[in-house]
Amino acid sequence: MIIASALTKRYPEGLEALKDVSFEISAGEMVFVTGPSGAGKSTLFKLMAAIERPTSGSIVVNGQNLAALRRSAIPYLRRNFGLIFQDQKLLFDRSVLDNVLLPLAIVGQPAKEAARRARAALDKVGLLGREKALPIALSGGEQQRLAIARAVVNRPAILLADEPTANLDADSAADILEIFRAFHQVGVTVVIATHDAEWMARLSPRVLHLEKGELRGERRDLPAAQAPTGANA
Amino acid sequence: MNIWFAQHLAALLDALRRIKASPLGNSLSLLVIGIALTLPTAGWVALDNLRAATGAASGAQEISIFLSLDAGKRDVVEIESRLKQSQPGNWRFVAREEALKHLQSSEGMAEIIASLPKNPLPDAFVIEPTDSRPDALESLAKTFAGWPKVAHVQLDSAWVKRFDVFLRIGNLIVALLAGLFAGALVAVTFNTIRLQILAQAAEIEVAKLIGATDAFIRRPFLYFGSLQGALGGLLAALLVAGGGRLLAVPVGELAALYGGDFALHGLSPAHTALLTAAGAALGWLGAQISVSIHLRRIG
Repeated sequence: MIIASALTKRYPEGLEALKDVSFEISAGEMVFVTGPSGAGKSTLFKLMAAIERPTSGSIVVNGQNLAALRRSAIPYLRRNFGLIFQDQKLLFDRSVLDNVLLPLAIVGQPAKEAARRARAALDKVGLLGREKALPIALSGGEQQRLAIARAVVNRPAILLADEPTANLDADSAADILEIFRAFHQVGVTVVIATHDAEWMARLSPRVLHLEKGELRGERRDLPAAQAPTGANA
Repeated sequence: MNIWFAQHLAALLDALRRIKASPLGNSLSLLVIGIALTLPTAGWVALDNLRAATGAASGAQEISIFLSLDAGKRDVVEIESRLKQSQPGNWRFVAREEALKHLQSSEGMAEIIASLPKNPLPDAFVIEPTDSRPDALESLAKTFAGWPKVAHVQLDSAWVKRFDVFLRIGNLIVALLAGLFAGALVAVTFNTIRLQILAQAAEIEVAKLIGATDAFIRRPFLYFGSLQGALGGLLAALLVAGGGRLLAVPVGELAALYGGDFALHGLSPAHTALLTAAGAALGWLGAQISVSIHLRRIG
């Protein structure tokens, strides 16, 4: 589903954010990308979401090489993703429901069906009762859950999250984790960049560990219950 | 097709929402656009009225042929037959006795005429040429002057020519004004859209990140520009109609003083529609340029 080979990203200032990184993530897997700040996690996130382009090497998502993707093809590629950002990128002048409706408006979903789907997505993250509220009235954890609802409302095949729990307390982070696990269990490919060690202790998932832009190690010690089935429910 | 229609409808509603969102700022730029369109439109209407007013006069554009005083019946018949042959338009013969009678009926002239030993007026033909273009009139007059026993051909061609040139200059000025103010409209829309894009940078960035095409992002701005331009065009039509109404009474009085029954006419519904469409097209152009330049910088 996601294949990176010899992926390198060098910024104009000379900083080498990623050096010769290769890995493969198959459909339905749940993968954590870890490492200290500045290790290149966010850069990898941006390359996977086609927000930035690699300096060299290739990254192939769903059979499309993002390094060679035409600018006009990027929006259609992004519709395969649910993107969750560290700063959430919510629209603070729009209601909770309208925030979730935005991805559906973009693909031209008819209003009735869109509203039904948006409510279903809000229900999944436990925000159904807050649909008329403005995001500013939500707690940090609720805002992140809203961001997840927006990311999954289009039923994407891949969830990409960049530090989704960075600004949350432990309880909220645990909620978020549960939500990700639920999506993983119904066959969604989930890739989460995080430096939060707590997660690993709980889930022991597959981990790609980055340091100074290099892939330093890969751990795959999944308990049987969490092993990816590969079957899409 | 359905999705296409739904997305355009959504973009239109979004544009309307944006107009409603800042009524003051939008009515100010609307006013600027309206006034910018009013000036050339008013100029055009004024010229059109002038053309109509003188059109009535130039319908009575006449060439007079005065025969020499010693011309007899035979000469008159000769001219008549030549006029029949060349068919320059409507014509009538004014006999010298008839002309004298007409003159006597004018106030103050009777005494003067009575004091004359004999009728000083010649026989005359008055022609209303079908082709009233200055060039055609000129060549007709030249032909008439070459005919036998014709003493003088009177054509007020200098005035017609001057007026024609005046109208042409007027048209040119209106065209230049229209060009200038069309540029102003594009610039005003450009700036309005620029400010909107800046204000909605966050929304645009998010939309792009979650898979919005450029077309999806541009659409509400293009609708906004077109709507604003169209409303500006309507406003200009209203302003011109209002101005016309204010001027109608004094113009009517002026026309009455000159013994005419001229009435001002305003913009026809077709011209109002055209003005609105032109406003919409220019607004669209301004939005298109603005969006192309400013959206590149986001995402």
